[in-house]
Amino acid sequence: MSTMVATNKRSFGSVLWDYLTTVDHKKIAILYLVAGGFFFIVGGLEAMAIRWQLVTPMNDFVSAGLYNELITMHGTKMIFLAAMPLIFAFMNAVVPLQIGARDVAFPFLNSLGFWLFLFGGIMLNVGWITGGAADAGWTAYAPLSTTSPGEGVDYYVLGLQISGAGTLIGGINFLVTIVNMRAPGMTYMRMPLFTWTAFVASALILFAFPALTVGLFLMMFDRLFGSGFFDPNMGGNSVIWQHLFWIFGHPEVYILALPAFGIFSEIIATFSRKRLFGYSAMVFATVLIGFLGFMVWAHHMFTVGMGPAANSIFAVATMAIAIPTGIKIFNWLFTLWGGNIQINTAMLWSLGFIPTFTLGGMTGVMVAAASADYQFHDSYFVVAHFHYVIVGGVVFALFAATHYWWPKMFGKILNETLGKITFWFFFIGFHMTFFIQHFLGLMGMPRRYWVYKEGQGLDLGNAISTAGAFLMAIGTIVLLYNVIITSVKGEKVGGDPWGARTLEWAIPSPPPFYNFKQLPLVRGLDPLWIEKTEGRDGMTPAEPIGDIHMPNNSFLPFIMSLGFFIAGFGFIYQKYDLAWLSLVFIGMGIALGSMLMRSVKDDLGYHIHKEDLVKEAKE
Amino acid sequence: MAEKSSLHPAQLDYERQKRKDEMKQQVVTFALMIIFTIISFSMVIAEIDKLFVIPVIIVLAAVQVGFQLYYFMHMSHKGHELPAFMFYGGVFAAFLTILALIALVWW
Repeated sequence: MSTMVATNKRSFGSVLWDYLTTVDHKKIAILYLVAGGFFFIVGGLEAMAIRWQLVTPMNDFVSAGLYNELITMHGTKMIFLAAMPLIFAFMNAVVPLQIGARDVAFPFLNSLGFWLFLFGGIMLNVGWITGGAADAGWTAYAPLSTTSPGEGVDYYVLGLQISGAGTLIGGINFLVTIVNMRAPGMTYMRMPLFTWTAFVASALILFAFPALTVGLFLMMFDRLFGSGFFDPNMGGNSVIWQHLFWIFGHPEVYILALPAFGIFSEIIATFSRKRLFGYSAMVFATVLIGFLGFMVWAHHMFTVGMGPAANSIFAVATMAIAIPTGIKIFNWLFTLWGGNIQINTAMLWSLGFIPTFTLGGMTGVMVAAASADYQFHDSYFVVAHFHYVIVGGVVFALFAATHYWWPKMFGKILNETLGKITFWFFFIGFHMTFFIQHFLGLMGMPRRYWVYKEGQGLDLGNAISTAGAFLMAIGTIVLLYNVIITSVKGEKVGGDPWGARTLEWAIPSPPPFYNFKQLPLVRGLDPLWIEKTEGRDGMTPAEPIGDIHMPNNSFLPFIMSLGFFIAGFGFIYQKYDLAWLSLVFIGMGIALGSMLMRSVKDDLGYHIHKEDLVKEAKE
Repeated sequence: MAEKSSLHPAQLDYERQKRKDEMKQQVVTFALMIIFTIISFSMVIAEIDKLFVIPVIIVLAAVQVGFQLYYFMHMSHKGHELPAFMFYGGVFAAFLTILALIALVWW
């Protein structure tokens, strides 16, 4: 089979078909980036609407019902449809390259994971056009969620169920990839920190998502089939939902935050021209955070009435997480110390992250004190706290990663001047928006209320907060402009534009579709840096040039996900008319049929021949 | 398995002996598992006090799971450290979940 794709222009249709059927981790990364970026923009617009509603007292920009839908969809979308897929985008783009692999362990499943996520994400948003999106808060506490009228919460349940399956598949895929597909010499303790954090985050996905799946199934049966798991009148218990949600929900915070820590570890080491300080302590802290993350979920429920003993246990366990996190903060500072620091956009985000995230961690210890939490609970103090953690930790990391890995993904460096403009607008806007919210919360402004009264001292703080949101929006628009202008006018760069340390920079940008012509021999931590210090141009190969086995593209993941998507509508609307059950049969038929097809039909892939690889090298 | 035939004769003998031992262990554990099952059933049939029977059955079940994992699914073999670690990680997460739900919700 001819494998050397000609470089001439391809039609739009063929590019589209290529992306719909691709199993290449680099292209799936781009799909995740585009889809996650889209939901990030939509979630941001919802946030702007929330802030505009709160800009003056007793504002009537949106109705109370629409405000509930806005806060619910903003939270759900930013966590599940923006932050998660963007993290997955960089995991897909970078992890196989960092461990010297030619693809992930299960390329077909990788594609299936993406399409399930996308169709689940679309399903979540269908509520907007069918008369009301989910409106029970992103946590969907029962009985508010089980009694919410309309189909909004049904879309939440089915949409999260479908996209959650995709995330679980992705997590398992990365676990197997990192365990089995490391290049010769790449021991666990030589893995770059982003790979380590992706590994631990994948393990957390594996253990945490089943709790969400169970919770969502119980919720689905309560809402659609008349069961009463969360209904005390029928012998159920509404607190069970809170437990199941947070058993998933708290590890979810670390699923997002750990890869963010990994991103900063890569960037800070690269631009300080130093080995990461305390590498093994960083790995230890990552694993420890992963473990502790499962023992703290009930700190979201201090005011539920669990009793002082349970509250104390979960408070102490929560504060314990500050220790490994503190190890990480100090290690980043020590990496910077005495380094040959180069400040560019990626580095600016990293430097902005350290104090911002530390503030979020500090208020975290405050809300972890159970007795004090009775005061903070459901106030704007909590809103400020988790935005400092999720935006200051995760979103800053995603912006940093965008600038850092853009040349590896697309072969061009994002404009540095525009990047710095984005940073300063977003950074200042972020602190304006959320710092003041700590005080609004302490003054008694409750979370999730659509209006507040005049003359309670909340006017100025809210006005400042809304002004800050606009600065963040400007920063994001500048970034979008930057992406467009770079794609049109940017200059091509080589494989290693930053003078970096890890394996992904040892191959051209963007990498060839088989990644490594010969698998590299890894001789230590920061393998590329080792070769550079010994005066070599690139990696020493670990094998002679030979045939490379590649997987075939497949359209089945798209069809399968479409099947579940259709079945979801059937499950929801059968509560009005059983005739809708036909959609369940059609949808599940499509999904199970394509699974059967995948199982019985051998798809052995193809080989890139040695001769073609040699010929390409001469050109 | 093709490269196995090129092994040194002593190595081959060693491998053969190891397989034989393993087979013996598997037969023994299989017999034990059947005995455990018979004990469980007969305790229930004999209508012994529930407070005694239920914990004993749970303990026997736990031992059986261990047999299954270590003798039939080869978790004791080299190269299974990570699956074992992940397995115990999962048990840990599930245990915490069940413990908390029992202690905080139903108790």
